[in-house]
Amino acid sequence: MAEPQQPQQQHQQPQQHQPSQQPARSRIPGSGLAKGLAVTLRTMTRRSVTAQYPDAQPELPPRTRGVIGLFEENCTVCMLCARECPDWCIYIDSHKETVPPAAPGGRERSRNVLDRFAIDFSLCMYCGICIEVCPFDALFWSPEFEYAETDIHELTHERDKLREWMWTVPAPPALDPAAEEPKEVAAARKAAEKLAAQEAKAAAEAAEAAEATGAADNAADNAADNAADNAADNAADNAAGNVAGNTEGDA
Amino acid sequence: MTGTLDVVVRLLAVFVAFLVLPLVVGQTEHKVMAHMQGRLGPMYAGGFHGWAQLVADGVKFAQKEDVVPAGADRRIFQLAPAVALLPYLLVLVAIPIGPGNQVGQSVDAGIFFVLAVMGVGVLGSMMAGWASANKFSLLGGLRTAAQLLAYELPMVLAAASVAMAAGTVSLVGVLDAFHWWWVPWQIVGGLVFFTAGLAELQRPPFDMPVADSEIIFGAYTEYTGLRFALFLLSEYAGIVVLCGLTTVLFLGGWHGPFGADGLGWLWTLLKTAVLAFVVIWLRVSYPRLREDQLQKLAWTVLIPLALAQIALTGVVKVVIQ
Repeated sequence: MAEPQQPQQQHQQPQQHQPSQQPARSRIPGSGLAKGLAVTLRTMTRRSVTAQYPDAQPELPPRTRGVIGLFEENCTVCMLCARECPDWCIYIDSHKETVPPAAPGGRERSRNVLDRFAIDFSLCMYCGICIEVCPFDALFWSPEFEYAETDIHELTHERDKLREWMWTVPAPPALDPAAEEPKEVAAARKAAEKLAAQEAKAAAEAAEAAEATGAADNAADNAADNAADNAADNAADNAAGNVAGNTEGDA
Repeated sequence: MTGTLDVVVRLLAVFVAFLVLPLVVGQTEHKVMAHMQGRLGPMYAGGFHGWAQLVADGVKFAQKEDVVPAGADRRIFQLAPAVALLPYLLVLVAIPIGPGNQVGQSVDAGIFFVLAVMGVGVLGSMMAGWASANKFSLLGGLRTAAQLLAYELPMVLAAASVAMAAGTVSLVGVLDAFHWWWVPWQIVGGLVFFTAGLAELQRPPFDMPVADSEIIFGAYTEYTGLRFALFLLSEYAGIVVLCGLTTVLFLGGWHGPFGADGLGWLWTLLKTAVLAFVVIWLRVSYPRLREDQLQKLAWTVLIPLALAQIALTGVVKVVIQ
């Protein structure tokens, strides 16, 4: 309510120089005093706003910046978070491992293995840059906030603790009703449709071939339809499974 | 022998009331003020809604070291809390709570006695302010003195109006002569008396002498522990006494719409409690008056109003006769 009024007031100020900006005074003497009493009395009859915290847990909004959780399966030790951190409060140690070739005769691959991931919450200023910058969705805000310690050194939390906090991260908010489809889902759906179309085509060709050999029309049609449906379902399931696997376990 | 026992019982009852009622008012202030500000107030001490908060405060005060500043006037400094507190005990003795002889000690010149002794209570603050050898305390003490001068007059004038109406200066006599239409008749005097009494108690919004945010509790700056607690207690005892006196003088004390026999003391307590609530309410609602506004209110508003009330009382009195 106050925002739309402000530009208007600023507009008027250069014109009016006399200090007549005070609110109009009531004619009845003492009405201001009565108003003050009424305000306090009305407040007394309402529920107080006190949050009885240790007795009652606060209802925090889901995006509360309580603590940073680490989804270490997603971490590739790219070090972006540690480098972007303005406080330099993220400590990462890692080593390289060679992975034997996937297929015989292939090349050996090297892989980063996380040894230590720690955040010093006595330095952290909860800016969230590490979470923004992580390209692999390994860092998340959790609303958990009760991790006070009596010694400042104990505020450096290691990967196991950070992984535990991952369980308190709420599910991402649902998309808006008219939102664009997420890229992963769109790609998976396209692949599934393509596969289904192919299989349907193959089934139809097979049916045509069967018709040509003199089989019953109805039977062939039914068979073709069933085959197409099954193929489409299977393809869609596979694609969805792949997407889920990618987002969850692709290290 | 029965006479002695009677006196002992009466004094004991007054003493118990003197110890209990201020604490009740203090606890009510904790809770009422909290809820008026959208808070809950004390919730832990004693288990149920922090009923024992003031007991806990008292224990804390008793544990603290009793410090007397090196430059202070030692004897006066130590005596001041008693001077601030005891007068209210004496006043309480003279306040009738029920019809007949339900009074600690019926004093013939009750109004004089009560007002004079209440004035002594303020001396405690002035003694504390002077004896502390502290700038803030001295400022507080001087402001207390100025406030006493300004507000004692309207208070006495308003009380005089009631004395005129009743034709007696005895508190018991005033109540015996009371009729219900005295309330609208003396309403202006009542408001003046109550307001001036608030100022004399240095309660917000008239707490310039103790203004904690600018002169650090004024005369009480140097006090700690039990002596400080006594000053606080005297403030709440003062509320009880002021509300009781206003009830007796202007609201008819034990007179009530019904239950005249036996329940009179209940009416007195009820009216006193309502007034005490108003005292708290005013504290929560209004900001502190500036020193010059304080003086202006007393000399240009309250005293003329009190004089007008006396004139009205006189006119009506003549007309009735």
